[in-house]
Amino acid sequence: MTGTTTVPPAELATLAPPSLGRRLRGALTSSPAYMSGILLLLVLFFTFMRPDTFASAFNLRNIFLDASVLLVIAIGMTYVMIAGGFDLSVGSVLVFSGVAAAKAMEAVGRDGIGTVAIGTGVALVTGLAWGLFNGFCVARLRVSALITTLGSMGAALGMAYLVTDGNDIRTVPNTLIAIGTGNIGGIPSLVLISALFTVIGMIILHLTRYGRHTFLIGSNPEASRRAGINTAGHLMSLYALSGLLAGAAAMLSLGRFSTTTLEGHGTDPLEAVTAVVLGGTSLYGGRGTVIGTVIGVFIPAVLANGFIIMGVQPFWQMVVIGFVVIGAVYADQIKRQTQDR
Amino acid sequence: MGNAAENLTHTPDDSAGPILEARGISKSFGHVEALRGADFSARAGEVTALIGDNGAGKSTLVKILSGVYKANAGEIFIRGRKVSFDSPAAAHAAGIETVYQDLSVAQDLSPAANMFMGREKLLPGLLGRLGFLDNAAMRRESLLAFQRLKVSLKDMDTPVASLSGGQRQSVAICRSIMWARSVVFMDEPTAALGVVQTGRTLDLIRRIRDTGIAVVLISHNMRDVIQVADVIEVLRLGRRIARMPNKGVTVQDLVGAMTGALDAETEEGATP
Repeated sequence: MTGTTTVPPAELATLAPPSLGRRLRGALTSSPAYMSGILLLLVLFFTFMRPDTFASAFNLRNIFLDASVLLVIAIGMTYVMIAGGFDLSVGSVLVFSGVAAAKAMEAVGRDGIGTVAIGTGVALVTGLAWGLFNGFCVARLRVSALITTLGSMGAALGMAYLVTDGNDIRTVPNTLIAIGTGNIGGIPSLVLISALFTVIGMIILHLTRYGRHTFLIGSNPEASRRAGINTAGHLMSLYALSGLLAGAAAMLSLGRFSTTTLEGHGTDPLEAVTAVVLGGTSLYGGRGTVIGTVIGVFIPAVLANGFIIMGVQPFWQMVVIGFVVIGAVYADQIKRQTQDR
Repeated sequence: MGNAAENLTHTPDDSAGPILEARGISKSFGHVEALRGADFSARAGEVTALIGDNGAGKSTLVKILSGVYKANAGEIFIRGRKVSFDSPAAAHAAGIETVYQDLSVAQDLSPAANMFMGREKLLPGLLGRLGFLDNAAMRRESLLAFQRLKVSLKDMDTPVASLSGGQRQSVAICRSIMWARSVVFMDEPTAALGVVQTGRTLDLIRRIRDTGIAVVLISHNMRDVIQVADVIEVLRLGRRIARMPNKGVTVQDLVGAMTGALDAETEEGATP
């Protein structure tokens, strides 16, 4: 077991990469695999109980649409949490960026793709600015991530209220609404945009050096620093990324709801954290996948939708998800304890 | 760096200059003087043991020589050339690696990801310029490095957390050897190990020395030191007080030198 020289040759690691069977076994015993099993069971259950309503194209479309804005935020949260951080500010940053973009587009006045582009730019820049602020406080000033992002959660929302006097802006250009509610090849464009973010998020996290450093910093920040990784800079960029994605999500939200939804995003960060944790990303950092987060976004979405369709009070979804999250974190701890002998 | 190949065939002899030399290193933390003009030297192809009581300044000295801390005063020479390290990366660039007592591994990642921590290999061509990792090459080179040092890992494709303590340490040691061109510092490599694993680690240290690298062993365990060291340097109260070849030295000699026969009651951090 502990041998460095006495392991029988058959058991030794070899130059050959791991076999397909081994990789498959590894993938099937991972948290995302369990969770996708649960998701599949949920989908099958609701489909079986209400085949005409739950599995209808209209309903599935709704589930995907509901999930798409949250998914964009949750991808940023996945990166931050894999690095051992936390970002409570994403919902407020979304609202702030949405307000800023709406104001900018209002100021431009004309309707058209150019106006939407300007709005998008403003949303992304303001989201990035909040992210950089969070990152600066956490990585450079070493204020705890929880407190920093709790603070900017309040500050960003407060500023959004100040700018709007507490009233939602509803002058969203028709072009943006057309994009937000439109389809490309029968699939809602919001879903496609969110899927694009997801795929890019997966590629960068799992295949590039940037992603590898994210895992390393979450797993052992001191070792990463000793290994010459710019840990503070990297951490800062992760919060910036989270803010940037919140800015992007703001545009999706504006396009879908045609209003700045000031009151609509208070629980976004908690829902994003829930999704990330359900997807198997460790609260302690160092482990996680984007695909897990995708599943973690869809489990609550499917549950809520299924309950409504079955006539169960949708509040049950909150109850169930609450306990499931606790279970997921407990399972993660057990897994760690058995591994860290 | 130009004479790295020459050092591979270097046989230890007293006339050769040290590969790493430090003179008059001082370092204070607030009012605490951890080092007060400490000297140190290590030769290629030798195991130099650095010993001292708690608070003698061993770990501070190692951290300075490996670029983690910056000294308040003093000079560091690599192969006679004066250097100054402002980061661990600068020490890495000079061919200095450290095996930390806590191993400094990322438990959640694979052995190969740990071997190339901070020095990831990228794919050739455009994908590489975009930052895409060459995981296959890193795995292959890691495995070759393990095989060179006769370290057999049971599993190359699992998080380091699921390896045994001895194997985790092997990963940390092999990583240093793979990158070191001049000096490897080993901070208490046997402290957390059982008897059998300690024996294996000492063997590993000898094999590393035989590759022509200077090994610096920091240890509390005098039996280990006497077993494996070629030269022993003793630190006391932030100064080198002895440098002796490991010939007929006893544990009592070392303990006497460490604690100081003359002023045994001086405390850690006391100012002179």
